[in-house]
Amino acid sequence: MRTRRLLLVLTLSLTPAGCANLPKSLEPAGPNADLVAQLFWWFTAVSVVVWGLVVLGLGIALLRPRPAGDGELPLERGRSGEIVATRIVVSLVALTTVVLVALTLLSFFSGRGLARISGQQARVIELTGHQWWWEVRYPDHDPARTLTDANEVHVPAGQPVRLVLRSTDVIHSFWIPNVSGKRDLIPGQVNRLDFTVRKPGVYRGQCAEFCGFQHAHMGLVLVAHPAEDFDAWYKSQLAPASQPSGKEAQAGQGAFLSSSCSLCHTIRGTPAGGKVGPDLTHVASRRGVAAHTLPMTRGALAAWIADPQAVKPGAHMPRTELTPDQLNGILAYLEQLE
Amino acid sequence: MSAAEEGLRDTDLDDGRLHEFLTRSWESRKGLIGWFSAVDHKVIGRRYIVTALFFLVLGGLAAVAMRLQLSRAENTLLGPDLYNQVFSMHGTTMLFLFAVPVMEAVAVYLVPLMVGTRSIAFPRLNAFSYYVFLLGGLMMWIAFALNTGAEAGWFSYVPLAGPEFSPGKRTDFWAQMITFTEVAALAVAVTVAVTVLKHRAPGMTLSRIPLFVWSELITSFVVMFAMPAVMIASTMLILDRLVATHFFNPAEGGDALLWQHLFWFFGHPEVYIIFLPATGMVSAILPAFSRRPVFGYPAIVLALMGNGFLAFGLWVHHMFATGLPQLGSSFFTASSMMIAIPSGIQIFCWIATLWLGRPVYKTPLLFILGFIVIFVIGGLTGVMAAAVPIDAQIHDTYFIVAHFHYVLIGGSVFPLIAAFYYWYPKVTGRMMSERLGRWNFALAFIAFNAAFFPMHILGLQGMPRRVYTYPLEAGWEGMNLFVSLSSVAFGLSFALLGWNMIRSYRYGEIAGPNPWNAGTLEWATSSPPPPYNFARIPVIDHREPLWSGHGAPAGEVTGLRADMREILITTPGEAAPDLREPSAADSIWPFLASLAVGATFLGSIFTPWAVVWGAAPVAITLIGWFWPKGAPEDE
Repeated sequence: MRTRRLLLVLTLSLTPAGCANLPKSLEPAGPNADLVAQLFWWFTAVSVVVWGLVVLGLGIALLRPRPAGDGELPLERGRSGEIVATRIVVSLVALTTVVLVALTLLSFFSGRGLARISGQQARVIELTGHQWWWEVRYPDHDPARTLTDANEVHVPAGQPVRLVLRSTDVIHSFWIPNVSGKRDLIPGQVNRLDFTVRKPGVYRGQCAEFCGFQHAHMGLVLVAHPAEDFDAWYKSQLAPASQPSGKEAQAGQGAFLSSSCSLCHTIRGTPAGGKVGPDLTHVASRRGVAAHTLPMTRGALAAWIADPQAVKPGAHMPRTELTPDQLNGILAYLEQLE
Repeated sequence: MSAAEEGLRDTDLDDGRLHEFLTRSWESRKGLIGWFSAVDHKVIGRRYIVTALFFLVLGGLAAVAMRLQLSRAENTLLGPDLYNQVFSMHGTTMLFLFAVPVMEAVAVYLVPLMVGTRSIAFPRLNAFSYYVFLLGGLMMWIAFALNTGAEAGWFSYVPLAGPEFSPGKRTDFWAQMITFTEVAALAVAVTVAVTVLKHRAPGMTLSRIPLFVWSELITSFVVMFAMPAVMIASTMLILDRLVATHFFNPAEGGDALLWQHLFWFFGHPEVYIIFLPATGMVSAILPAFSRRPVFGYPAIVLALMGNGFLAFGLWVHHMFATGLPQLGSSFFTASSMMIAIPSGIQIFCWIATLWLGRPVYKTPLLFILGFIVIFVIGGLTGVMAAAVPIDAQIHDTYFIVAHFHYVLIGGSVFPLIAAFYYWYPKVTGRMMSERLGRWNFALAFIAFNAAFFPMHILGLQGMPRRVYTYPLEAGWEGMNLFVSLSSVAFGLSFALLGWNMIRSYRYGEIAGPNPWNAGTLEWATSSPPPPYNFARIPVIDHREPLWSGHGAPAGEVTGLRADMREILITTPGEAAPDLREPSAADSIWPFLASLAVGATFLGSIFTPWAVVWGAAPVAITLIGWFWPKGAPEDE
């Protein structure tokens, strides 16, 4: 257990960091996040000024020289200044009201801007939350062109996208800070989120609504392809899994299909058709293991399959008894599922 | 007054004999049974405060445990199971077992003194409330010690908290703890409201009620309207879990969002239940150290009322990410912005008070100044969170964690600490150390900001709330370590406060009745006050009776009985003397009733039949409690 953890840390530290953009709300990569970031900076600027003035006023109130003969008894003190003070306080309250009305209107107009992003001929992607991973479906009127994937949302940059959000268990929340604000995935309800990603790139996010044990490890990445590359990616993902090449991988496929793995996972083009866990048809093309708990490396995959509960305690993937050869075979096989 | 000769009245006695008789009538009995029979609001108030502080310590230790876990990326110190329990216990404890009770506890102690009466209204109900609260809190923490602590957060969203996704008894204990503390809170709210409306000293018209009393009166009404929502919600949850109703199960026609509406319909007013008494404390303490009456008394009272009303129109801003219709959300944006206006009015009035006065820099004032500086930040980030687009980004992130700690610690705990320094001499008869107090303030102020300000940035960098760990690549480790270290320092400031309180209890300077030369009635009696509060009930002609009367109230009420517990009831508006009424004697029944009620609540976690079997002991104890004594009614 300890050594495995050590290995894990080693694999982690050897993988190049920064392949995905860090999740930052204020480094927007699309018009949704742009609008919010602008609004945020407006509010922040107003807040800093207001706070500065309050503290300044408080400072002067404390330090101003007191006029002599201002009354020695509490009930006499400061009587002469009360009329002026009343006028100042009333005007400050009026000013506060004006500022708040202005901020409210700013917020409304930003909301309208966000609402305007929606609609027009958006590509629909269905996202379903599970404890603790994401099922991503790209529906098409042709069932053969409908794609099911997991833990990565792929979109063409510059084109509008509509996410249709559902949950089958508890409430989750979709959030890619650089791209858009959150929207919850609620059982018994269908939510929508419309957005566009401007810049191609990989953006990290994670579940934002507490959803139990492994809420912390319910990661998600959004991959924005250059618009012209998206179809090629889609086509490559639609293809069934490649047949394993090499003895080890072939044995691995056999081990996968004969063990409990295939009860939960689908690999299109093989008899494995489980629907409980993520579709693994192109698992090796993904960037992370176990909903981005670990980066996609052979070591990470090995650790995850060998003992899921050590990597992600409480995860619904059980431990499967495998011999070292079986494990190596399965790893070799999965690595080929690009 | 035909029956006057039957009873011994204060007019018949000189000061010394009066003291003797009143003490005999009002004193709590000695011994173990006497201890559990006490109904004196000062005794109950003290126990309430000490108990709430005990839960503060537990909740604080939970916070430190969380910060230790989060100080490093991928830390394995706590693990998800324990961490989820610890953060749930932290939130639940701080809100339900510390913040709400402590604000009510201070009211239980102070309100009767501030309005100039001998006792709180319904003193037995008040004692009952304390024991119910104590039992609920102990049950919660004993369950935690037995690995059955709450695990679905202080908000317990369904379906996560429902029977399918939280099997076992953990969430049942949480839901029943809510029932305990809400029963307690409602009972106190009733006693405080009636005390304020009917027990005020003659002459204390509505426009002469001290602002702290106003704030507690308004808070009591907010409690009465807000708490039933969460009691219904927690009862529905426990029914879902215990007898398989499907209120919150979408698969059977229930609704997951219904819980959120009910919970936040309580949960947002809850913030004001905690915050309004704190503003009342500020309005009580700040004038004493500005050496003049508060500026804009009517404006502050109206602002308190405005806050109380608006508090019920904001709950949806906790739910902006749930996909509600835009028009509805816009309404809640506007109302959430609007509540900044009454808060702003109060801040401006306090600054004007300092401006016109002559500030005396004692520890209570330092904490009040710290409160203004910190709370304004929390208020402004609250304005940000009211904007739907911004909230979509910062909701459920550390930005919000920073925001509400600025509001709750800055807005409520700083005034509360000021209140401890300010009223400690009244309660114990001794002053707290001013030197330690200054260190306490400096450490608390710096460490608080160091611990919570960086959380704003962490939230904007994408760190969600309620995660038991985070990946190294996210780049959050450095700031989290800094936050963790600062939070330990912030914890030490409370250790300093505790040390100061304990040490001063023994070695503090003797205070005398009015050490701060303040103007309100609680300073007119000795420190600590005698069991009967005032030897003669004062008559009021001014908002600051001790300032207008040069240290003593304008007049005294005569004719109250000294050989039995008798109080003066006045009219709600003008506080004109209305009638004399006996006040309840000590009784063990409220304690026994709380045991019966507690056993029923506890049993119903395990079987619905407990409600049936428990009804008998509850009925018996209530019959004992209300058994007619046949004492001759005066007049």
